[in-house]
Amino acid sequence: MVYIFQQSLNALQLGSIYALIALGYTMVYGILTMINFAHGDLFMVGAFFCFLIAVYLHLSFVPTLLLSMLGVAFLGIVIERLAYKPLRNAPRVSAIITALGVGLFLENFTLALSPYPKHIPQLLENITWTIGSFSISSLQILIIVLSLVLMLILDFIVQKTKAGMAMRAISWDKTIVPLMGVSVNKIISLTFAIGTGLGGAAGVMYGLAYPVIDPYMGIMVGWKAFICAVVGGIGNIRGAMIGGFILGGVEILVAAFLPSTYRDVVAFTLLLVLLIVRPYGILGKPQPQKV
Amino acid sequence: MSKLPNASHSSLIERWHMLTGSRLFWAIVMIAGLAFCMAASTYEFLDLYLQLILIYVGINIILTVSLNLINGYMGEFSVGHAGFMAVGAYVASLLTVHVFPPGAQNLLFPLAILAGGIGAALVGFLVAIPSFKTRGDYLAIVTLAFCMIVKSVLENIDAVGGPRGLLGMEKLTTLPWVFFWTALSVWVIRNLVYSNFGRGVLSIREDEIASDLMSVNTRQVKIIAFVVSSFFAGIAGGLFAHALQFINPRMFDILKSTDILIMVYLGGIASIAGSIIGAVIYTILLEVLRPLGVWRMVLMPLMLVLLMIYRPRGIMGLKEIRLFMPLRDLVTEKLWRQKKKEAPDASA
Repeated sequence: MVYIFQQSLNALQLGSIYALIALGYTMVYGILTMINFAHGDLFMVGAFFCFLIAVYLHLSFVPTLLLSMLGVAFLGIVIERLAYKPLRNAPRVSAIITALGVGLFLENFTLALSPYPKHIPQLLENITWTIGSFSISSLQILIIVLSLVLMLILDFIVQKTKAGMAMRAISWDKTIVPLMGVSVNKIISLTFAIGTGLGGAAGVMYGLAYPVIDPYMGIMVGWKAFICAVVGGIGNIRGAMIGGFILGGVEILVAAFLPSTYRDVVAFTLLLVLLIVRPYGILGKPQPQKV
Repeated sequence: MSKLPNASHSSLIERWHMLTGSRLFWAIVMIAGLAFCMAASTYEFLDLYLQLILIYVGINIILTVSLNLINGYMGEFSVGHAGFMAVGAYVASLLTVHVFPPGAQNLLFPLAILAGGIGAALVGFLVAIPSFKTRGDYLAIVTLAFCMIVKSVLENIDAVGGPRGLLGMEKLTTLPWVFFWTALSVWVIRNLVYSNFGRGVLSIREDEIASDLMSVNTRQVKIIAFVVSSFFAGIAGGLFAHALQFINPRMFDILKSTDILIMVYLGGIASIAGSIIGAVIYTILLEVLRPLGVWRMVLMPLMLVLLMIYRPRGIMGLKEIRLFMPLRDLVTEKLWRQKKKEAPDASA
């Protein structure tokens, strides 16, 4: 019983990181119907920013987190302006390939600058409380609470503010919204900034939880977060959160009861089964087929 | 030799097209190519490094052309091509290493490659089934998940070496064999695309519901497209394993799929010539830029992004050079152009 609690805590920790990254995928998809495959690598850049700031500027945790988020958000806006904006009216696949290219560029550029894995210094004192055989660390609590807070803020922005209303409107109908006086470019930039900023925050937290970072760490985590976004129903923000926790839970449970090498097999097989049963994700709505 | 209609003034270009339209021309080109490859590998007037690059070019052409059938002609977005390649590579290598007697390796090599292709085709059949219901991004996820499942399953089977990989293959992939399989894959896929079946594939890309209503059996078309595509991916995998003489599951992960995707979209979708150009340019450019070290891997994606911005459809997107088009299509196109010239408004 205690073992199950222990593992659910780990699942919550991994799931909240997945969910934060999945949010970036789903927000960009909702507004541009484009899969930003560079998102996993922006997550990696977030972890590297965290490393740079912590090592060279010697800042404490909160400024490090904020600066990394800002840096990644800025990078996201620049990428959108330079690489994706010229392709807004191009065939969808070219945008996807461009995103793959941007992702490869980020990976290899980081690799060229830092060929060896880096070790993020401990920014916070990690206290572990043990109750019987159940142990919980302050870092775990921090990651879970911080992600939940970030998700609540995001949900508030999207549901309650004017900018969020514009975002939802654009994902509803792209042609009418500009006629209502909404600056589409600004809203898209804002979406990218928020989405990639959350990815950057996830990078920082991942770096704190698993301190060895390398330029290719974003690939696998990124694809898995993408799967979370799809499981929840891509384009649906609450779906992405649910998807993140589901995949995190499944992965940890498989690793707990089976040899850990089976983790990916079981996780992806479950995904396939889910997609065959519900091809549009958990919270996604089936698209009406127009003839 | 068949004749183009309206060929009263046979210019040099038209004569060239009549020549390339004949079966004899292709037979001669194929035999010449095969002879060149055999001579190159027997007498070694190309050094081994150049031969290896040509082998990789050939393998990449097979991969690109076969992926283009699904991603270009059928308009789906499959990212699992490396998974099919892995199945082919493992099946073929297991046969040559453990099953076939050591003396007869050279003779049985094509059988091993064929078996690899068939193994991959069977798996491709399984992947085609979810494609009936799921489309677009969701199908992309299915293929992605498939690619990752193949990799993790291979990592968990100790009999094939697990994460350490499999070695012990002889260097059986030679230039003539690569030429043969490349020519075969280009020939098969080109003929498929311009057959009745190919029209079905194109109609699925344009509008699946409409093509269903026009009595295209979309399920059958999807199954055949996936099976053929994965068959050739498996063949490429077998050739790859016996060129490198060592495989491990990590070689066939999502990065390999990304490589193939880049070659397809660099060359341009729905174009045989584009696939060949894309594979050749990408493979050779990677080799030429080798002195740059890590920076070549920075430069390549940058070039890809620039290409996509200034030429979103790739080099040959949706276009075909006349060499690969059947006479029927050339005539139709010519008549269409003439009609357009006579009455520009009517055709629009």
